[in-house]
Amino acid sequence: MKLLALTLAALLALAAPAAAQKASLPDIEDEVMCVECGTVLSVSSSPLAQQERQFIREQIAAGKTKEQIKAALVAEYGPDVLAEPERKGFNLALWLVPIALVLLAAGAIAVALRRWRAGDRAAEPELPPPLSPEDARRLDAELQR
Amino acid sequence: MRVFWPVTLAAAALVGLLAYGLASKGTDTTLDQAVQRGERPMAPVATLPWLTEDGNGSLADYRGKVVVLNLWASWCEPCREEMPVLQRTHEKIASQGGLVLGIDTQDSSDAAKRFLAESKATFPSLRDRDRSYGREFGATGYPETFLIDRKGRIAAMQRFPVTQEWLDERLPELLAEKA
Repeated sequence: MKLLALTLAALLALAAPAAAQKASLPDIEDEVMCVECGTVLSVSSSPLAQQERQFIREQIAAGKTKEQIKAALVAEYGPDVLAEPERKGFNLALWLVPIALVLLAAGAIAVALRRWRAGDRAAEPELPPPLSPEDARRLDAELQR
Repeated sequence: MRVFWPVTLAAAALVGLLAYGLASKGTDTTLDQAVQRGERPMAPVATLPWLTEDGNGSLADYRGKVVVLNLWASWCEPCREEMPVLQRTHEKIASQGGLVLGIDTQDSSDAAKRFLAESKATFPSLRDRDRSYGREFGATGYPETFLIDRKGRIAAMQRFPVTQEWLDERLPELLAEKA
């Protein structure tokens, strides 16, 4: 048991630096904006995009992790450099509005369904009044012919 | 007609949000119009970090001086081309109570410092990393130059690269004004 725990700990220790070294330009380019052009960095070739790529390459060469590089990009170019906006301030609206819209749509559908069902019940034809004993007898007689 | 008020409220909130988003991203031409009318609107002021030294500074630190405020970035080719004109102007007007103040915008600070050293530019520059200060001037690109009088008001502006002629035509009058 002790041996297993030690092996696991050794594997984790080896895996952690390996994961930290995974930062690569193509991986980061998809999550970063060209702040001047307003497009994702991976599809931009403007002079500023080239400068941002060079900045990322230098950070990778310095051994920084992906998160550290993204933090350095924010320090250099501001929070708009991140393709996925930070979940605070006005940017929260980007996350909350779609959720609110889905909830609202679900509520509206539920209300509409309830009304539709109630409308269906209201539209059912009323049954005629029960037959009098005399009429019932005559109906039976007619049906037996 | 029966109104389903939560839907109405949500729709109004959504429209308000969209309007705010559009208004906050749009180009502001208020300053352009005021300067075209011959007015001198107050120049926006913000405290920003210095590019080449520690600490913060502001346009307000130069009240009483004529300031050639220039928005630039090291990756912007027209900005690089006009740098010698700005440096010459800075040296020329220093003795008359004037200076060039650069606003290095959306730029890698290391690349910006390297560029200043290469071009031997000695005028001070503040860092506007996300163009939030530039937007207060209605900036849409680079370079842009604003002539600020001794009272901190915008006397002239150029949304494109400046030439020596453009500066020579406007600066002497401003430098001659009293604070």
